[in-house]
Amino acid sequence: MTVRLAIGLLSAATLAYEVLLLRLFAIVQWHHFAYMAISVALLGFGVSGTFLFLARDRLQPRFAAAFAVNAAGFGVTALAAFALAQRLPFNALEVVWVPRQLLWLAVLYLVLGIPFFAAANCIGLAFIRFGGAIGRVYAWNLAGSGAGALGLVGLLYLVPPESALRLITGLGLAAAVLAALADGRRYRKAAGVLALVAVALPLAVPHGWTALRLSPYKGLSRALAVPGAEVLSQSSSPLGLLTVVGNTRIPLRYAPGLSLANTVEPPAQIALFTDGEGPTAITAFGGDLAPFAYLDFMTSALPYHLLAQPRVLILGAGGGGDVLQALSLGAAAVDAVELDPRVVRLVSATHRDFAGNLYGYPRVRAHVAEARAFISGRPESWDLIQMPLLDSFAAASAGVYGLSESYVYTVEAFREYIRHLRPGGYLAITRWLKLPPRDSLKLFASAVAALERDGIATPGERLVMLRGWGTTTLLVRNGAIGEAETAAIRAFARDRGFDIAWLPGLAAAEANRFTILREPWFYEGARALAGPDREDFLDRYKFAIRPATDDRPYFFDFFRWRSLPEFLELRTQSGAALIEWGYPILIASLVQAALLSLLLILLPLRLRRAGAGRSPARWRVMAYFLLLGLAFLFVEIAFIQRFVLFLGHPIHAVAVVLAGFLLFAGLGSAGAPRFARAVTGGRLRRATPIGLAVLAIAALAVLYILALPPLFARLMALPEAARIALSLMLIAPLGTVMGMPFPLGLTRVSAAAPALVPWAWGVNGCFSVISAILATVLAIHLGFTAVVVLAALMYLAAGAVFRATLPGEAAAAR
Amino acid sequence: MGRSSLPAAYHANCTGACGRLLRAVAGAAALLALLVPKAAVAEERDRFSGPRAEMVRTIAAYAEQSHDALGRAYIEPEVMAVMGTVPRHAFLPEGTGGEGWLSGFLGRDLATIAYADRPVPIGYNQTISQPFIVALMTDLLAPAPDDVVLEVGTGSGYQAAVLSRLVKRVCSIEIIPALGASAAATLRRLGYANVETRVGDGYYGWEECGPFDGIAVTAAADHVPPPLIRQLKPGGRMVIPVGGPFVTQQLTLIEKAADGQVRTRQLLPVAFVPLVRKAP
Repeated sequence: MTVRLAIGLLSAATLAYEVLLLRLFAIVQWHHFAYMAISVALLGFGVSGTFLFLARDRLQPRFAAAFAVNAAGFGVTALAAFALAQRLPFNALEVVWVPRQLLWLAVLYLVLGIPFFAAANCIGLAFIRFGGAIGRVYAWNLAGSGAGALGLVGLLYLVPPESALRLITGLGLAAAVLAALADGRRYRKAAGVLALVAVALPLAVPHGWTALRLSPYKGLSRALAVPGAEVLSQSSSPLGLLTVVGNTRIPLRYAPGLSLANTVEPPAQIALFTDGEGPTAITAFGGDLAPFAYLDFMTSALPYHLLAQPRVLILGAGGGGDVLQALSLGAAAVDAVELDPRVVRLVSATHRDFAGNLYGYPRVRAHVAEARAFISGRPESWDLIQMPLLDSFAAASAGVYGLSESYVYTVEAFREYIRHLRPGGYLAITRWLKLPPRDSLKLFASAVAALERDGIATPGERLVMLRGWGTTTLLVRNGAIGEAETAAIRAFARDRGFDIAWLPGLAAAEANRFTILREPWFYEGARALAGPDREDFLDRYKFAIRPATDDRPYFFDFFRWRSLPEFLELRTQSGAALIEWGYPILIASLVQAALLSLLLILLPLRLRRAGAGRSPARWRVMAYFLLLGLAFLFVEIAFIQRFVLFLGHPIHAVAVVLAGFLLFAGLGSAGAPRFARAVTGGRLRRATPIGLAVLAIAALAVLYILALPPLFARLMALPEAARIALSLMLIAPLGTVMGMPFPLGLTRVSAAAPALVPWAWGVNGCFSVISAILATVLAIHLGFTAVVVLAALMYLAAGAVFRATLPGEAAAAR
Repeated sequence: MGRSSLPAAYHANCTGACGRLLRAVAGAAALLALLVPKAAVAEERDRFSGPRAEMVRTIAAYAEQSHDALGRAYIEPEVMAVMGTVPRHAFLPEGTGGEGWLSGFLGRDLATIAYADRPVPIGYNQTISQPFIVALMTDLLAPAPDDVVLEVGTGSGYQAAVLSRLVKRVCSIEIIPALGASAAATLRRLGYANVETRVGDGYYGWEECGPFDGIAVTAAADHVPPPLIRQLKPGGRMVIPVGGPFVTQQLTLIEKAADGQVRTRQLLPVAFVPLVRKAP
């Protein structure tokens, strides 16, 4: 029992560490390289499989000591690796110029790989030791991981990420104490010492070791370098590190894409940074709307010139700039939706006086919710739905979102927004202007697709695209745009020096007058997308601008392989700015992980030709655990995506779904031996436990991926708690059966060729890492439905591989 | 897709012999400037002159592809000549680059770092821009000998030094005091006497120094400060690079016509056509 508890504790700490690393690196660097580093570091699991395969004979007799040493090693290196990683002079932004930087990235892999190696040694040792009770070991491993995922999210609400790191160190050491105690009296003294260390070390490590060292090129670092800047407040949550910066000497001035015709200086502002990126702003408001005249000089102001006293919904209200714009331009009522409750609190409590209690203003109602979840649960409609700039220009231009799924810009989302527009109402989406155009044209294509699916034959008649020098705004009207609107749009654009990129009946000569481009790219793109040339244009454009869908929610990915050679050739002439780096980095991660895995998996067979490596079962064992490793994460990742949309809150969704899958899989794993006995003793003579389990998984997974979207669409209006409960109920049966094939298979390996047990665990570990990356790649190209179908096929294939008895296995053992 | 598939008209203004001629002129001018120091500055003819000439050649090669930004396939010879004389290495912070053969071998010596066509960190969360971008921005300002130019964001002082050789007077504002002080010291030491520096908020421009024939905003901003537009003379030009600290994504060129009308041009520093041509 003590050992199982140690396994659970260590598993919890390991998964928490993995998730925490992503969080920490999102703050100090930019998350795409962090993703790469962590995915490769996870191959520490694979290294461990190889290591144990070679060292098992020496370690097995000293199980408790070996477990304790490795668990303690995990605890200590978890903290040390991050402290060291932060001090490596790796600068992701410089890679284009100084390829040598990649060497530092390799060092980063090694450093971060050590704690995962140590943790995996513990679990692998336990599998070797408890060959007959693998189901239980795996159950504790899974349940612990689930608890770790959930626990970390909870923890991040309470303490800053640096403290969470210290706690994980403590947990690792605590697992070591339990392991030491498990071996009777032999290691009692050592256990005592370890217990002391477990408490003392996390407290004693100097603050400087764990303090976050932000890249000097992040917005926050740069803002703080300006004289007079001070951090007014900082708060940490799973949604990010939110830092408020004020500067009374050299004030912040945030007014993205402001027209050059504007002559008014923005009022005093304080800056908000999320994970060091930004800023967005909270603007001083004293009840008088006159100082906000400059807000009429942004591209996003256009709809207010087409509507009288509109009822406005702002999706992503942030510090309230767009609320002020709505109020100053005559909105009758404003619903301001913001995902992060802390941001709303900053405006309505912490800086209430400065912000003039904006979210408590008579015509304003603030809602804490995710955009899609909020709107689909609402029966009412609006005259104007505004989607302001949610991301900073730095983040947008660095392409760091390339791989983040986003459900607010999908075709389904557009239809949902349009459905909530009153007749003649507008959806307005503002983005940073990028050259050559990417987001703006993808949005345009999405709007066209959404309108077509709603049965509108000529979508172009309902669209307007406006282009300033810094931003673009797309308008989608619920109804055709008439002459009155056209005249108002032309006047608005002319007075502010904005160009119209699309308007029904627009002449090419009109599209490139104020901010002159070599070619009227935006107009040409919009014209092609609104007309019969659309498919041809989408094919020929050098960026991926086909609309994102809920099945392939990668709005920010614009990468096309075909354009890569040209980008690379131009990289030192700012061609680097043409690439959204997320996708190429994902592919690089995949290639690295695959190559390293191959090495790790084949190496032990080479090194021990004479021994267990010659086991005739080895190729089937490899195939089985390879397929399970791939398929388990395919399913998990695809369903996390499905549930994210349903649960609304991205962080809660990931935590609930991940934890749900792991906990129920743990249950399934614990019940696997009983299940096996029931099957073999049952009446279905030709059925095997593994065969039945994989059939059930394949059937459930495919059923879910097809049935969930329509089901979710109906149930979106339920309160969050009900949606979470329902999600867990849906996950329970699938998760439970998914926990079975691994222990059922490993038990058989343990009986047939025990030496292969750690190797099988290593193969599974390697392919879990590959799977996580590959699932995203496949989702980008084929969509999540395809990912799940593939997973179902792989489960069936795994079942087929282990259908016949393994060499060395008694027939009855199946 | 390679460059060859660009529309032919794209290079129509100046290709072939014309381009070669202009490059030759630019090269000769650069060489001449190397041999005959122009002004009081002791512009070093030393171990850095080789790398510097190489840098100028790289800029010239890139400029061939910057038709979009310049409307021509070369940077003005005067600008190129100055790029060939200003000692860029002297603007890097002390201690940049290692010493000895190993640093040289690894490409980490000062000469290689300073004259490679890449941005270099200069501390205080800042970088010194890529030489190609400096040349491009300078060219876009269309500097003339009688011009007064404002620079917002002195940084290392390199851009100001380059401009000072082409105009009458450069006024440069830096927001970070330590950086402003070190740039001022470097400029003084090297004898760039027509550069005035000041530490402060660039948002309000430099009223006493203006109005300006050109304004270079080297610190990215999400909007153009209205005071800067006011301080731009009719006929004046303002250049703003958009992008991160290591990559310039696009350049915004603001032109104030004689009648005060403001027009903007948005330029890619590189020749890139987003649409693949239809197969014939």
